[in-house]
Amino acid sequence: MGMTIAEKIVARAAKVSETRAGEIHTVELDRLMSNDGTTHLTIDMYNKLKHPRIQDVSKLVWIVDHNIPSDSPKTAASQKKMRDFARANGITFYEGEGVCHQVMMENHVCPGELIFGADSHTCAYGALGAFGTGVGCTDYLYAMVTGTSWVMVPETLRFNLHGQLPEGVYARDLILTIIGKIGANGANYKAMEFGGEGLATLSMSDRISVCNLCVEAGAKTALMEVDETAMEFLRAHDREPKALFTADEDAEYAEVYDIDLTTVVPIVAKPHFVDNVVPATECAGTRIDEAFLGSCNNGRIEDLRVGASIIKGKKVHPLVRFLVVPASRSVMLQAMEEGLIDIFMEAGAIVMNPNCSVCWGSCQGVIGEGETLISTGTRNFKGRAGHRNSFVYLADAATVTASAIKGEITTADNL
Amino acid sequence: MSEKFKARVWVLGDDIDTDIIIPTEYLALKTVEDMKPYAFSPLRPELAGQILPGDIIVAGKNFGCGSSREQAPEVIKALGIRCVVAGSFARIFFRNAINNGLLLIENADLHDAVKEGDEVEVEVGVKITAGGRDFPIPSLPDNLLEILNAGGLVKAMRRRNGLE
Repeated sequence: MGMTIAEKIVARAAKVSETRAGEIHTVELDRLMSNDGTTHLTIDMYNKLKHPRIQDVSKLVWIVDHNIPSDSPKTAASQKKMRDFARANGITFYEGEGVCHQVMMENHVCPGELIFGADSHTCAYGALGAFGTGVGCTDYLYAMVTGTSWVMVPETLRFNLHGQLPEGVYARDLILTIIGKIGANGANYKAMEFGGEGLATLSMSDRISVCNLCVEAGAKTALMEVDETAMEFLRAHDREPKALFTADEDAEYAEVYDIDLTTVVPIVAKPHFVDNVVPATECAGTRIDEAFLGSCNNGRIEDLRVGASIIKGKKVHPLVRFLVVPASRSVMLQAMEEGLIDIFMEAGAIVMNPNCSVCWGSCQGVIGEGETLISTGTRNFKGRAGHRNSFVYLADAATVTASAIKGEITTADNL
Repeated sequence: MSEKFKARVWVLGDDIDTDIIIPTEYLALKTVEDMKPYAFSPLRPELAGQILPGDIIVAGKNFGCGSSREQAPEVIKALGIRCVVAGSFARIFFRNAINNGLLLIENADLHDAVKEGDEVEVEVGVKITAGGRDFPIPSLPDNLLEILNAGGLVKAMRRRNGLE
């Protein structure tokens, strides 16, 4: 019986020849990412250990991205704790470089790796054929000290992509469509594996967007086959695969879905659940107070190009704040070189340094009581972006930008 | 002989996410004790003040979906909640809860059979009795029970390494 990509990666990490869904294995982890959301808690626990030690410091990557620059003495203190610890122990450390998953994709993730990240959207790494999965700070601490952890081999949902997305429809619409189809817990404890000839039509940016959001269907991880597009990305970033795995033809799947990319339309996920999706046109006319273009899901150069092409020569609606937040320093530099930042600034947008911003709802851009945000962020939970009585609609970069101009939700072609 | 206890029930719905359990704006508070009053505040601001130690939560499917913030199970534990019974749990929350010694019980039927304030009897790993009806519940695998019984992963490792 063949294996899925997830089964193969766990087998490699467990140093066994094969694994099956449902088995529990002790695995050697390749990489451990943590950010300022919870690293201070990890450090507190570490310092209380009787024999604190780091099994292999080269595995650790720490990234300050959630509240950067810090917005209060409390966050400044927790970041200082993280910074001091990283320096004292020689941990690879970034701050101000971008949202953690984008920084990881640009600098660290390699195909075939098993990666723990103390952040739920770690499943993004599947775009490069790595098994990334989110954990809490206690699991992180255990992995940091021992280099290992236990995982249950997940069942896999297979998604075969066919055809190509129509003009004006984006990978974000694809993954929101899939989440709407299978539900917010449709992939709970499972891996989501993507293949089919349609995968080749998706850029690396598209792939990251798809894999990143799989946790919103409950997925443990997302995985894509590594093809020429992925290899080219790796070469451009001077890295090589740890191991290349494809799914066996006789691999066993919990479910197989065939997705016709040509039928996907612009999507909006309405408050307060990511699987509460409708065609974006159904939300037309909903007044907004703020729009956000950014995040690990949709803050890459491709997304900024989409937004800039729509807003060029136009103005942000006078009653709307339009936040534009590149996902990393390299994305921002590229956007500056292409003149995109000029376009956003001239249109009246608020361009901010690379960080998680309002997607995480504690620093810049949080919304007040009764306000509505349209966002390319990851979640629309109640209170996620600020006040508990506020509303978040998730949409693609084009719909978000068009809505920022019109002051109400609209697709770009209806602007 | 499995652990048995009686408890008062608080009923919550489906998809109780981690931003509801503890909103982002309170994560910067210094301790989980400080966060306690704000637990579940986006949904029911008064709930944290009403929960008494020993109470349990009974919820629908996908409890704990969302972020990996470990403050979510920690704050539930700090409120004195003895266990959470839900139709299903999101996986990161599941691991985090066990790692913090918070008992989770999966049962799809109890949610529709109880109302807030009911008293139920929980026999861990065997059944929950509510309104004279028995709801069978699964037992956790041994490796997770070891962690849970020790009060969390760090304590379990200490115990295993002979440090306590």
